Amino acid sequence: MPFILLYLPFLIGFGVAPMIYALDLAFTNENGGGWNGFGNFAHTFEDYRFLPAFEHILLYTGIWLVALIVFVTGLALLLHGRANRVSSGFRFLFYLPGALAGAASVLVWLFMLDPAVSPFSFLMHHVFGIQLFVQSIAPGHLPFVFAMIAFWTGAGGWIVVMYGALNTIPRELEEAALIDGAGPVMVALRLKLPLIRRWIAYMVILSFATGTQLFVEPQLVNEASLGLVPDTWSSNQFAYQLAFRYGDFNTAAAVSVDLLVIGLLAAVLIVTRTGLFRRGD
Amino acid sequence: MRIAARGLRLVILAAFAVFFVVPILWLILTPTKSDARLVTGSPLSFGSFHQIVLAWDHLDAFSSHIYRLWIGNSLLYALSATAIVLATAIPAGYGLALGNFPGRRLVLTLTLVVMIMPAAALVLPIFLELNLLHLIGNVFSVILPFAFFPFGVYLAYIYYSTAVPTDLLDAARVDGAGEWQTFRHVALPLAKPIVALVFFFSFVADWNNFFLPYALLANSNQYPIQVGLSDLLSSTPSFNPAQGGGGQQVNIFRPELALATLIAVIPVAIVFLLSQRALVRGVLAGAVKQ
Repeated sequence: MPFILLYLPFLIGFGVAPMIYALDLAFTNENGGGWNGFGNFAHTFEDYRFLPAFEHILLYTGIWLVALIVFVTGLALLLHGRANRVSSGFRFLFYLPGALAGAASVLVWLFMLDPAVSPFSFLMHHVFGIQLFVQSIAPGHLPFVFAMIAFWTGAGGWIVVMYGALNTIPRELEEAALIDGAGPVMVALRLKLPLIRRWIAYMVILSFATGTQLFVEPQLVNEASLGLVPDTWSSNQFAYQLAFRYGDFNTAAAVSVDLLVIGLLAAVLIVTRTGLFRRGD
Repeated sequence: MRIAARGLRLVILAAFAVFFVVPILWLILTPTKSDARLVTGSPLSFGSFHQIVLAWDHLDAFSSHIYRLWIGNSLLYALSATAIVLATAIPAGYGLALGNFPGRRLVLTLTLVVMIMPAAALVLPIFLELNLLHLIGNVFSVILPFAFFPFGVYLAYIYYSTAVPTDLLDAARVDGAGEWQTFRHVALPLAKPIVALVFFFSFVADWNNFFLPYALLANSNQYPIQVGLSDLLSSTPSFNPAQGGGGQQVNIFRPELALATLIAVIPVAIVFLLSQRALVRGVLAGAVKQ
């Protein structure tokens, strides 16, 4: 079929080949040397920065996932409870920060976390007892801070998706439940929630995979804090530093293979388990 | 009781609206004020239009107009990569949906898996690969990986396999049109809605990508705006009072940094607002199992 011929070089060159080459590097010695088994993996595992980086991203991802599950599902159900113009207005407002992704969202939140200029400074002073920017980005706060940034930019998009999924529930089903005497809360929790379960599963697996790849947020905070926050805070940063500062491509490849495996597993789980991408053919 | 529940619902929704919207309002208002006024005045007050001009002059003067260069680079990378995506993904989706050839399932599965995988997972592998080929630091080392956009192929595939009646294409073939002509004259004109969708997702993904250009480009003249912002951030004392006089030399303080961020998101915000409705409908029509 000639129609895929233009696409194939891209799929191979920037999809398949990088993965195979990373695997090749991860299992061999430097300078194109021989097979090294799991030597590079063991080497990175013993590095004092490896485990903290994985702890950081797992903690951050955990916090973010809980926030997504509770608030995205909760807000989508709240918005769907009374579908009217107010509801669509709120959906639009929640969706808006999605336009600010990448470095822009991090910069905005660096400002929001600086009590000197933040519109939330009242909250920071009186609820969290924070007077200075350095207190906001104290090491213990960082997983929460990054989870909040990720939630701020991405939650609105997921609320729109969940709301759309809720719209596919047949109206008669809801009406029947209401006639049977179920209140709106009961309908939301007992009827609607189970019916959008696979979408929640999709959101959780996809976000888990994305969360483990964290890079831009800690990288910018590292620059803004003049090294107060280490430049190997997340695993992807650690891999980046191994490649760029030490030129150690084999161990860098080993760490990126760790992360690739997480991403691949998540993708395979979504395709085979959620049923969202299964098609007739 | 009912009224109380409704009130509670509105209070919760309004609280989240504040969380989502206030940072954006703050960002829009900040370039209108001087750095000193930011600290002393109310965070959500309006300053003056004159102050915006002043902030722009400072920003534009930074490193001899490099800010304009970064925006231009971002446009160049995102638009040229998206053009390649459209030229490759639409025919590929068509071929995968309606063709029957060896390896079709494999290509489809690989596309799906790479599409779902987080893009950041491939950045270092792509760096290592291009490093082997001595292509690092070249603008094509950013544009070509950007031009690989499996989600676009998937969207086109879904569209052609569900929304386009095969009878229509068969009719064209019966009329004597070859495979290529059928695509060119029947399938391609039908792809208009999908072109808009693929353009949106590809452009936004490329514009907002930080990690890939950060890893693959070495020269700050080649940076797209996202990486440029990090450069700007590290050369100001805004978050580092310890850096002291650093800001005086480059004249980049918080209002300038906020303006730089604001301008950097305008293209995406425009695309966002324009396609909001179509997007919400289109995403779900494509994503929900038929």
